[in-house]
This record gives sequence, C-alpha cells and structure tokens, in this order.
Amino acid sequence: MEAFTTHTGRAVPLRRSNVDTDQIIPAHWLKKVTRDGFEDGLFEAWRKQPDFVLNQEAYQGATVLVAGPDFGTGSSREHAVWALQNYGFKAVISSRFADIFRGNSLKNGLLTVVLPQETVEALQQLAEADPAAEVTVDLVNREVRAEGVKAGFELDENARWRLLEGLDDISLTLREEEAIAAYEAKRPAFKPQTVVA
Amino acid sequence: MGRTLAEKVWDDHVVKRVEGEPDLLFIDLHLLHEVTSPQAFDGLRKAGRTVRRTDLTLATEDHNTPTLDIDKPIADPVSRTQLETLRKNCADFGVRLHPLGDVEQGVVHVVGPQLGLTQPGTTVVCGDSHTSTHGAFGALAFGIGTSQVEHVLATQTLPLSPFRTMAVTVEGELPDGVTAKDLILAIIAKIGTGGGQGYVIEYRGSAIEKLSMEARMTICNMSIEAGARAGMIAPDQTTFDYLEGRDHAPKGADWDAAVEYWKTLRTDDDAVFDHEVVINASELAPFVTWGTNPGQGAPLSERVPDPASYEDASERYAAEKALEYMGLTAGQPLRDIKVDTVFVGSCTNGRIEDLRSAASILDGRKVADGVRMLIVPGSVRVALQAVEEGLDKVFTAAGAEWRHAGCSMCLGMNPDQLAPGERSASTSNRNFEGRQGKGGRTHLVSPQVAAATAVLGHLASPADLSDAAVPAPAGV
Ligand code: SF4
Repeated sequence: MEAFTTHTGRAVPLRRSNVDTDQIIPAHWLKKVTRDGFEDGLFEAWRKQPDFVLNQEAYQGATVLVAGPDFGTGSSREHAVWALQNYGFKAVISSRFADIFRGNSLKNGLLTVVLPQETVEALQQLAEADPAAEVTVDLVNREVRAEGVKAGFELDENARWRLLEGLDDISLTLREEEAIAAYEAKRPAFKPQTVVA
Repeated sequence: MGRTLAEKVWDDHVVKRVEGEPDLLFIDLHLLHEVTSPQAFDGLRKAGRTVRRTDLTLATEDHNTPTLDIDKPIADPVSRTQLETLRKNCADFGVRLHPLGDVEQGVVHVVGPQLGLTQPGTTVVCGDSHTSTHGAFGALAFGIGTSQVEHVLATQTLPLSPFRTMAVTVEGELPDGVTAKDLILAIIAKIGTGGGQGYVIEYRGSAIEKLSMEARMTICNMSIEAGARAGMIAPDQTTFDYLEGRDHAPKGADWDAAVEYWKTLRTDDDAVFDHEVVINASELAPFVTWGTNPGQGAPLSERVPDPASYEDASERYAAEKALEYMGLTAGQPLRDIKVDTVFVGSCTNGRIEDLRSAASILDGRKVADGVRMLIVPGSVRVALQAVEEGLDKVFTAAGAEWRHAGCSMCLGMNPDQLAPGERSASTSNRNFEGRQGKGGRTHLVSPQVAAATAVLGHLASPADLSDAAVPAPAGV
C-alpha cells in the first residue's frame, strides 16, 4: 500500500448528498476480477450528463473530491474505493461517510477526511469559484488547508499510523500468529465447520 | 455493569486486545461469493499466502447466476468469468463451493442458515452488506470489503474497532397482514438510512420474540439499510428448534454444550445500550417505499409525500430528486401506483415462508394483464421445498414465472432486470436508482403486498383483494 503523508491537489466539488456506492460504481462493473481499470465506471451514470462536474475541462486532473454528506452509503463494494483511486483521487472530504466505505477507503490508502459541513461548503465554494485552487490534505498534522480554509480533522491513531507508514493489515496481523493459534486451541468443539479439516 | 448480547459475542472472540488499537477478533464463519472474492484471492496469490481455515470457509454462486436455462453456458462473458474465477480460486485454495446446479447453491445468506452453519454466538462475515441477516441467530454478522475478505482468508481474524449498541424494542402484536418486512421498513423510515450508523442494533421485545426464524432474518437483513453495522436477535427456543438436526448443527453432547452456551447469550438486565428506540407493533400497517432509499417509505394507505413538507433541507432535496426519478407526484395515493413487474425473492424475502405467503394470495387468482411476476427462490433447497408443497404450480397457474435460485432482480447483475422507466414492486432490500436495471423504479414491499400488487396491477395489500377471504400469512 502506498504511504500517505501529505497531498496537495485541485479539488472537485460534488454537491450531492447520500451518494451511494451504486452511484460511485454501478453494479455491472463489479464483474471485473482485477483491482484496476475501474476509472471509467466512476459515477458512470452522471458522467453521461455533459454538465456533470467531472466532465468539465477545468476539473480534469483534480485529486481531491469534496462531497456532500453521507458519502458512500449502500453496498459494501470496495470497488467504489478502487474506482475513486483509479480515477486519480487521493482524498475525499465530506461531513459524513458511511462506515463500511470509510473502513474500505482507509485500508486501501484513500484518505477520507471528515470536516464540518460549513468547512466542506467553503471548500466547495472555493473549488467552484476557482477550479485551479489547490487544497492540501496533511495527514502528518491532521489538517486541511486551502485559501481561506484551515481546518483540523480527526482520524484514529492506528489508521493514521498505517496510512503514514503504508502498512497493510495482513502483514500486521500475521505477526500475531501465536495469539491466533492460542485462541484456536481453546475454541469449543461445538463450533460449526464447513468441512472437516 | 452488565453486557449486551453484541458485547458478549464480541468479547468471546477477542484474540488480542491492546489499549488504543482495534481488537483482533476471531471469525467463526466466512462466506464467499463470486463478486467480492476474486481480488482477495488474487491478493493471496500475489503474496504467496494460503487460506488459513478452509474448514470455516464456504463459497456459493449467487449474484451473477442466471435463473433460466442454467444448464446452458452463461451468455454474459463477464458473469461467466466471475463464476469461473470463483471455481478456480476455490479449487486452488481448497475452499468448499456450491456452484450453479448444485443442490446447496443459493444466495449466500440463505445457504448459511439453512445448512445450520449460522449459529448463535458466532462471528460471521461475508463480502456483502446483507451479512447482517445471520444476526437473526444471535450471531455477530457483518459485511466486509474485499481487502477484509483477503484478511480473513489469510488470518481467520479481523482487526475491528468496537461498535456502539442500539436497542430497537418492538412491543405488542403485529396486526393481521403486517409482516416482518413491513416492520423493518417502518423501523428504517423512523430512524433514517443513517440512523443506525456505527451501531449494532439488537431487536427485542415481545413482537420480535414471536417472529419465526425466517421473519427474524428479514428484519436483521435490512439493518444495513438503516446504516447499522449489524442487527442481532437473542437466540431462544425458536432459534434452537430451527437449528436442531440441520447438517452442520452440533450433535449429541456438543448440542447440549452449545445450547447451554447459547442460553447465556442475552443482554443482561442491567446492561445499557448507547441508544434506544421503541416501536409499538400494533400501530403498524403494510408499508411500501416511494423513493430511492429504503428510508423513504410510508404505510400503503398514505400518499406520496410532498417534498415541501420536509423541514430538513437535505431531506427535502432528496425527496424532490426521488419523486423525479420515480416519476411520481406529491399527493398521489400510493395505492394508485401501477407496476409492470413484481419480484419475489432475494436474501430478504426469498425463503420458503415468503414463497408460501405469496402463494397463499396467488392461489386461485391471476397476475394482472401486462404485469410480469418473477418468483426467484433464495436457494435450490427452498425451490425443492416449494415444489414439494406444490407452490410452483400455484405460481405458474397464476401466470407468474417460476425461476431458478439466485440474487436475480435484487440487483440485476444477471439478465433479470428492469428496463428504463419500468416500475417494480420488489421484496428485495434496496430501491436505489438503477439498482434493478438502469432507469428502473423500485418499490420495496413484503411478499404479501407483492402478490396482491401482482393481482391488481397497482400497489396493494391482500386486504384490497375483494374476491376472497385472505388466509393468515405463514410465519408472519
Ligand atoms: S439477494 Fe440481493 S441483497 Fe441479497 S446477497 Fe443477493 S444481491 Fe445482495
């Protein structure tokens, strides 16, 4: 996993609330069996509308998505995170994320930043007024900075450390072999098995 | 201080706890399907890892499987690739798989319980948000993403931060014709699609205790639509009776030991929930959705709401957008809404009691002209049981299509889809834009409402059928 320390890039204002994972990446894209190549499916339905924000020339190459509240609701598809990353987004800012989406994003190195709605609004206005304006998402100092905006954000220490170090979950857990084996040894005999091992 | 059911199950699975870090939890049962697993297996292969506990892992094919001509090659190349990839992965890594055509094949959340693999006090995960279904047994069951699928395959554990707990207490009697589906739709409308966020919901109270296991699964299934991580119901005699004798249920002395443990899985009297909601069952009525999220619902007897009546600006905007997408006007009676398609199936309402319930209404009646009705059993076992009871004949005599088991029109990954602008009454769980096919419009309903709607051609409950007395629903 790529480490995330601080990122500066242009922002895309997505003025929609309750953007569910079906909108982020429609179900028919889930049929792929690889982890890449999802960029064309990102917000597929909306991208067919010429006036959709991602279709505007000025926002090409932007890397920070500033979305309305309740971003990432709906099904648990991790493809939503991959689609955002494949498209080039490094961070998503919203006043509220759905739990599963947030968990998925942090595990994949896409930083999801929760800021108060007023701050999100201010960033959206900034990006609308000046699509070339840059936004800095600084995980080291837990701060988002842009012209006229300086806002701290929270992220639990463990998730932050792993993002900063670029550590994936499995390698960390495999260090706990002894504890896992000890737990397995004391599991009751009545616990279900799918096959006899 | 006492603990809640969710906290007890959690505590019993902690492999490692370090202050300030997520707990490492052991996973008792890992269910897989073709959509969210390929990249996980891919990751294992790339890292040279194996599946740690194939004996706690089970795969089935469901999301992409066709419901017609299942003996023929799958036409859609992408669906075929996903299924073939799952078959190869399961063979390579030694995972038990129930492929299309197998007698144990079906929707993953129908298969786990019917095999007796879903048991009280277990942790169950699957790369699918409706894993919450298994909470009906008093299991802590939740959907995970593909990275987590890979993590569980490799380690049989997951690092997780504790949830908050919410009690939804439903007291009183559900009126006649009001089902578990109506109840959960009413609960979601009350707490909102974000209302359960961060919580494990425990459903309790006299109305819940009276529900059959299948009805409890319908309730827990849709917990995710309220934003909750999981839903749970304390195991009781109904749970034990359902499990006893199933393929993977404990036997002999193990059964006794298990039941003894399962009986301890109740929220202590002095436990405190972080949040509590109380619902009076007797005030409920058949419930349908009018919008594009499962919280946008109302009793069938009401009208399409006026967006202007919402005080909250974002709710108002959401309602406006929903009416536009759904092609509805404010003030229109919900009962006047005509449908083209009726879908009975999914992990929410594709079990035998659901089919019985729909069949009892269709028996001797006809699906209205111009309406297509699909009956898709949740699993092959459910289908076989239905055939044994002659329900398939009731459906086909009424003019409905009797299909093969799978997810089908719940999400339209296979050929069962709505055409743009088509409108369905669906017993599934999500009415998101385009969920059942691009431009399709979905009204979530109970199996009973689905059947009555199919007969009359517009949203309706069995009470609207004037021609005969309505039989009592099976299992509620
Ligand atoms: S039936 Fe629907 S909700 Fe259930 S697992 Fe299949 S697609 Fe998901």
